[in-house]
Formats: sequence, C-alpha cells, structure tokens
Amino acid sequence: MALRALANGKTLGRLYHQQIRGLQTFSLPDLAYDYGALEPAISGEIMQLHHQKHHQTYITNYNKALEQLDDAIAKGDASTAVKLQSAIKFNGGGHVNHSIFWKNLAPTREGGGEPPHGSLGWAIDQHYGSMEKLIAKMNAEGAAVQGSGWVWLAVDKELKRLVVETTANQDPLVTKGASLVPLVGIDVWEHAYYLQYKNVRPDYLNNIWKVINWKYASEVYAKECP
Amino acid sequence: MRSAVDTSRETPFRCLSVDMSWSSSSNYLCISTSSSSSLISSNELARFNRLACESERHRGKCQDLNRPTNIFAYNSLKPPSFKFDKGQRRKDHVLKKPRNISAYYSLKPPSYKFDALEPYMSKRTLEVHWGKHHRGYVESLNKYLEKDDILYGYTLDELIRVTYNNGNPLPEFNAAAQVWNHDFFWESMQPGGGNLPILGLLQQIEKDFGSFSSFREEFIETALTLFGSGWVWLVLKRNEKRLAIATTTNAVTPLVWDDIPLLSLDMWEHAYYLDYKNDKARYANVFMDHLVSWNAALARIARAQAFVNLGEPKIPVA
Repeated sequence: MALRALANGKTLGRLYHQQIRGLQTFSLPDLAYDYGALEPAISGEIMQLHHQKHHQTYITNYNKALEQLDDAIAKGDASTAVKLQSAIKFNGGGHVNHSIFWKNLAPTREGGGEPPHGSLGWAIDQHYGSMEKLIAKMNAEGAAVQGSGWVWLAVDKELKRLVVETTANQDPLVTKGASLVPLVGIDVWEHAYYLQYKNVRPDYLNNIWKVINWKYASEVYAKECP
Repeated sequence: MRSAVDTSRETPFRCLSVDMSWSSSSNYLCISTSSSSSLISSNELARFNRLACESERHRGKCQDLNRPTNIFAYNSLKPPSFKFDKGQRRKDHVLKKPRNISAYYSLKPPSYKFDALEPYMSKRTLEVHWGKHHRGYVESLNKYLEKDDILYGYTLDELIRVTYNNGNPLPEFNAAAQVWNHDFFWESMQPGGGNLPILGLLQQIEKDFGSFSSFREEFIETALTLFGSGWVWLVLKRNEKRLAIATTTNAVTPLVWDDIPLLSLDMWEHAYYLDYKNDKARYANVFMDHLVSWNAALARIARAQAFVNLGEPKIPVA
C-alpha cells in the first residue's frame, strides 16, 4: 500500500510536503484474510467493493478534509475550520469504524463465529443471559436502524459494563458516550449487504455472526476490564 | 385544499376523499369499513340515511340526502327486528360488523414498465426497489394505520406533516413519508427522460440558478456530498417564491417545511447499488441526462402556481 502511494508521482509531492509539516495521512489497512474468505456469510464481491472502494473513499476524503483543516487553522480561518467538522466526522468516522470492522471479521476456519471464552464470555452471560439473547438484541437494534448506521457491542470503560448501541451514518461510537470502547461493530449501511441480501437486512444480521471474530473483541475487553 | 364534501373525518363512513392539494394522486383507496373505524357497512348506512332523511323531511327539517348521518339521532327510526338496546348487544346483533375488510394505501406502480428505464436503471433495480422496499413501506404504513384511528383519518400529505411532529418524528413518519417519497420518485422519472426542461420551468431555472448547466452542476454536486441516506430535491420555496435545491436525510421531505417539491433523486444506496455499485457520480449524471422527467416537473410547477405567485402580474397600462 505504502509502496504504491510512493510510486504515484502525483501524491509524492503532497505526501512529502505533508511529512515536512508533520501532517499524518491515513492509508487503507490490509485485510487479514482474502476477500472471498467470508463466504457464504458475506460475498467476496461485497468485501472487495466495501474495502477497496468505500473504505478507500472515506480515507481519501478524510485526508483531503484534514489537509483543508490544516490550511484553515494555519490561516486562522475559524469558520472554514468549523465547516469542515462534519466532513471530518463523516469520513474520519468512516475510516475508524471500518478499520474496526475488518478486525471484527474472520473466516470460519480461523475462528470466526466461535463464541468468546474467558472474561468477555462471562460478562456477556452475566449481563445478557446468554449469547443468543445478545445476538437477538443486536439484530433487533440493527434491523431497526433507519437509513444508514452501525450497531455496536461496546464496553463502558468507566462503568465496566457492556452496552449495545447504534450510531447513525458514520458517527464514531464515542458520539454516544465518551467512555465507550467498541468491541464488535456491524455495518448496516446498505452497501454492506445489498448485493447479496438485497433489502433483507435481518438475514444479513443473522448470517454475519458466523464470521465475527470474538478473539479480537476479547482482547479489547480484557485490556479495558482486566 | 380539500373538497367541500369532506366526510372522511367526522363520521364513521369512509368515502373516497377528494383531495385537491397540489400533490394529490389518485391512488389512495380510502374506501374501507374496517371494523375499528366503522360500525356498520356502507350499504346499511346509506339505506338508513335515505330512510332517516325521508322521515326528517316529513317533519319539515332540511337535510342533505348525501350527508351521512349519525343514525342514533333518529329515535323514530328503529332498525328492524332487534331490541333497541344500549351497549354491546346492539352492536353485536344489529350493526353487523364487516370483518376483515380494510383497504388503506395502495402500492401504485410506476407509469412505465420496469424495463423501460434500461440501461440507465435496470429492471432488477426497479423490481427490488419498488417490489420490496416501496411495498414494505406501504405494508408497514397500513399496519400502523390499522391500529390508530386518528392517524387513519388523515390524507397522506397531512399524515406526513402530523407524524413529523415538528422534528420529533413519530414511528409512523418513516413509513408514511417513504411511501410518498417513492411515489414521487417514480413520477420524477420517465423513459426517454433527461434533456432540458422547456417553457416556464426553464425560464424559472435560468432566473434562479443563472443557467441550466449551473443548476445541473449544483444538483449533482449536492447529490454527491450528501452524507448517509437521503434525497435531493428541486423545490419551489413558498416563502421566497423561488426554486432551490434541497437535501433531506432518510425519509424527510420538503412537504414538512411546506415547500413544493418538483423533482427528487433517491440517494439511498438501494436506489443505485445494484446498477452502479458505489459510483454515485455516474448515477447522478445518468439521472440528469437520461431519467429525469421534466414533463412531470413542468406539470408540477404549473400546478404549484395556483398556490405560489411567481413573478409580477402583467397589468396592462391603459
């Protein structure tokens, strides 16, 4: 990825210029699995479009917005700086959310879908009764999201409790609570499932649990609630 | 504006409401005698009305034959062969509740065949968009109205405004507004669409946007910078008496601000994903070049001029 960026002459000058100024640009993270590895829960075509087109677009626009913000701050242009906030929240949120999403997924043969053992599994059982109840709750909330958004299983690191939350568009989870740390996020934007499931979002939600990577979620949980 | 014979609200008798507002379409089947909103069938009521009116006429009172009446007010008229008993028994024995008859809003198909918009909008997209999404909204709206008598009494335009609740939408808003939005969207497209508007609409666009191409650019730009799911509209603003481009999120429509929409473009991903995947720019351009129905927009602005005064009247000087 980085090599390709360097090789592209058009961005070379800008990247170099930004490095001098100290502005970090973001780049598309690689997936730990092939595009087709999550079949039949999520088709390879969706994974490829989702990763290479949608996520990349968020990153490109995020970098652009940050650059414009940098210029505005340097010039002391307060109104432009504020106007860019919605673009930053949307594109930056998209980048953050999708980066977490790729880590939340794993092929079945690499442990996708396997329920968590250890502290996270115990916390789920204690708080929601059982894994099935948690899944039912998240599916209900995910199906009820109107328009585009995400459904999250998060841990409130201050209160040490699990919460299920939904966010609209690409709002990052912290907009729902500053102390929320996402464990599992499911993208319920239509681009995440439309080619395969058309308008039947509940089917998508039922099937995606087969490829959810609980190992990553357990690691994050163990870090926040040791 | 509703017609003078507006009986759909005060009485249990439901008739085909004649809605003369600028956006009326003839697809709202308001004929129903659902068990929740009416106690007797329309035939019986009509018969009672006729008899009741005749008896009143004998007494010298003036009564309009067509106006449905509350039959309980006529003590002289007893429905035949049962006791005039208050309470549940009367309702059960006498007023035969029709069961399982209810028709609310219908799913109106687009006025062109599904493959008529090929290759710009595929048959598959229309099948899924209309047949699954739009149908789903109509069914959920009907389900809501089944349970709520008060909301049932409104026409669709009024229902949208009422359930929008000034920014704090009730759960029925999503269904009602999306039904309206999709009806409007199908009408905003036509096979062989695109090109330029003509006559007064073109003049108005040139007046308000400078030129058609700058309008087109602004429209497409707005469509591409929309965050999330929403719609892009060409509206006629009532207060400012000019055209403008508006965006709305999710199910919101310019009706709630009392503006008059002329065209809409569905920027929910389901509208273009099957054909264009993530290429929103191509979708928006194709819509402007090949799909948009300027005829429909022209008809709408002509009708809107009955409600909004655009431009100065030409008063001849003697």
